[in-house]
Amino acid sequence: MSVIAEYGHIMVIAACVFGFFMAWGVGANDVANAMGTSVGSKALTLKQAIVIAILFEFAGAYLAGGAVTATIRKGIIDPALMAGSPELLVYGMMAALLAAGIWLLVATYFGWPVSTTHSIVGAIVGFAAVGISADAVNWGKVAKIVASWVVSPVTAGFISFFLFRSVQKLILDTDEPFKNAKKYVPYYIFLVGFIVSMVTFTKGLKHIGLHLSWTQSALISVAVGIGIMLIGMQLQKKIKINETEDKEYHFASVEKVFGVLMMFTACAMAFAHGSNDVANAVGPVAAIVGVVEAGGELAQKSAMPAWVLLLGGVGIVAGLVTYGHKVIATVGNNITELTPSRGFAATLAAATTVVVASGTGLPISTTHTLVGAVLGVGLARGLAALNLRVVGTIFVSWIVTLPAGAILAIMFFFMFKGMFG
Amino acid sequence: MVTNNPILQMFARSPFKPMQEHIAKAQACASQLIPFFEAVIARDWDKAREIQQQIAVLEGEADAMKKDVRQHLPNSLFLPVPRSDLLDLLRMQDKIANRAKDIAGLMIGRQMEIPAVLQEQMKQLVTAALATSEQALTALNELDELISTGFSGHEVNTVEKMINTLDDLEHQTDEIERELRHALFQVEKELHPVDVMFLYNIINWIGDLADRAQQVGSRLQLLLAR
Repeated sequence: MSVIAEYGHIMVIAACVFGFFMAWGVGANDVANAMGTSVGSKALTLKQAIVIAILFEFAGAYLAGGAVTATIRKGIIDPALMAGSPELLVYGMMAALLAAGIWLLVATYFGWPVSTTHSIVGAIVGFAAVGISADAVNWGKVAKIVASWVVSPVTAGFISFFLFRSVQKLILDTDEPFKNAKKYVPYYIFLVGFIVSMVTFTKGLKHIGLHLSWTQSALISVAVGIGIMLIGMQLQKKIKINETEDKEYHFASVEKVFGVLMMFTACAMAFAHGSNDVANAVGPVAAIVGVVEAGGELAQKSAMPAWVLLLGGVGIVAGLVTYGHKVIATVGNNITELTPSRGFAATLAAATTVVVASGTGLPISTTHTLVGAVLGVGLARGLAALNLRVVGTIFVSWIVTLPAGAILAIMFFFMFKGMFG
Repeated sequence: MVTNNPILQMFARSPFKPMQEHIAKAQACASQLIPFFEAVIARDWDKAREIQQQIAVLEGEADAMKKDVRQHLPNSLFLPVPRSDLLDLLRMQDKIANRAKDIAGLMIGRQMEIPAVLQEQMKQLVTAALATSEQALTALNELDELISTGFSGHEVNTVEKMINTLDDLEHQTDEIERELRHALFQVEKELHPVDVMFLYNIINWIGDLADRAQQVGSRLQLLLAR
């Protein structure tokens, strides 16, 4: 306890620095993955993608990131075993942050597709299981989380498959695709607004003091959905059939209408990504702050400070603006086959899955979820050619990241324990 | 395309556009047969030789394109249609160009003259065969639209109609071929026997052009089967 009293302030500051560092890493690396389908389908320009990412990553992080942050903060570890020496929790969380952050840097340097979520969860489980004791880990929760890592790409694949099928049936396969596009796309826009609002309002806003009943949330979400739909209809009025382009490729004008829809879907994806991945950076920070502020008490019920989410959101935006825009720039120059109608199906499916996971407090990998969603569209025969070798590389990075994060975290944990006693 | 983004690394180079370009090249090669036959009938052997060279060059370019498509179709690629069906289609497209080269090559090699009574029908046969291969090209140009609709719905009906037209054109070519062979049969006793055999050969090969175009259509139909 005295360690905490002595070094409490340093610990909080160090935690904030490491947390910001990790959030920066997420912004520099991961956001490009989330915006990949939007830029790759040429529905958004690079500038638009960055602006959308800045606004909505921050919004998602602050408004909807609470539940996942709570899981990472205290859901994975059972603090009872550390009641005698709470400083161990502080060392461990700092070690986890450092470990995950460094692994992220290494992966960026070598160009490996690693998941920020897997890194931090692996690191936390690592230091707890090895550094403290195997009983310190809430294995039931961990099992649930690992299960969600398998379920989320599959779910996203299902949703994208049926979304794309609906687009085919209602618009692409009909005699008048352009007319039907203008008719049905507004409903899809409504869907985007409704889903994101619904999950945010029912699950996420308690930390800013907004307590809403289910019906209230539903009504507000419907209103938001309709509002966004009206904006979308205004934007789509300007699109007319371009005869010359349509001769080359019959669906050129239809895809322009889908471009409007893609804009809203990109916002939803950025929001979803922010809501799920901010926790990777600030969950540990919240844990450390919680322990220090309670003077060493490891009470489960301590409320989560909202400024921690703010720190995460700012960190992500900082990473995006300083480095991430370069990464987004290298994407999507050669993709001629990814059109907005497909990009929309994959992105909305992924965004929905991630946002629901954020609402239920499950930390999942947005990258893997997107991969699942893209495969779903491929299975609906909507894509020309998918390179399955990439899926293989992602699986390998999965298997490497968990132990790598764990080992690094264990190293740093014992280092801190040695340094501070 | 070197990108770090694993999502975008998933989108591999599509083989469909290169396949459309390949059949366009094959058709360009085969359509040279019309000026070729005009030159042969006019007995302008220099011009005929020139066109034959051109046909050979175009056939070589088509071959290069075919190899390129094959090199970029690894087994790890996930396609909306079976990979083997696609490769079969490609092979059949290429055979159109091959046949055109064979025809021109043989006729130049033997300085083959076409008997006056048969010239008109011969021209008709070549035109009909090329109309058939042109129709195959039209049907294949719908490939990217087919992918957009995920090989279902309205677009499939459109393409199936095109394939039916293709079949009809091949029948017509068959008819003309039969009539031409009959006409040759009437006059074969007056001609040198070896020349006659090779004439029958050429007639056969021109019919082959239409035949192969029709087979391209049937391969395409396999992709559409639902």
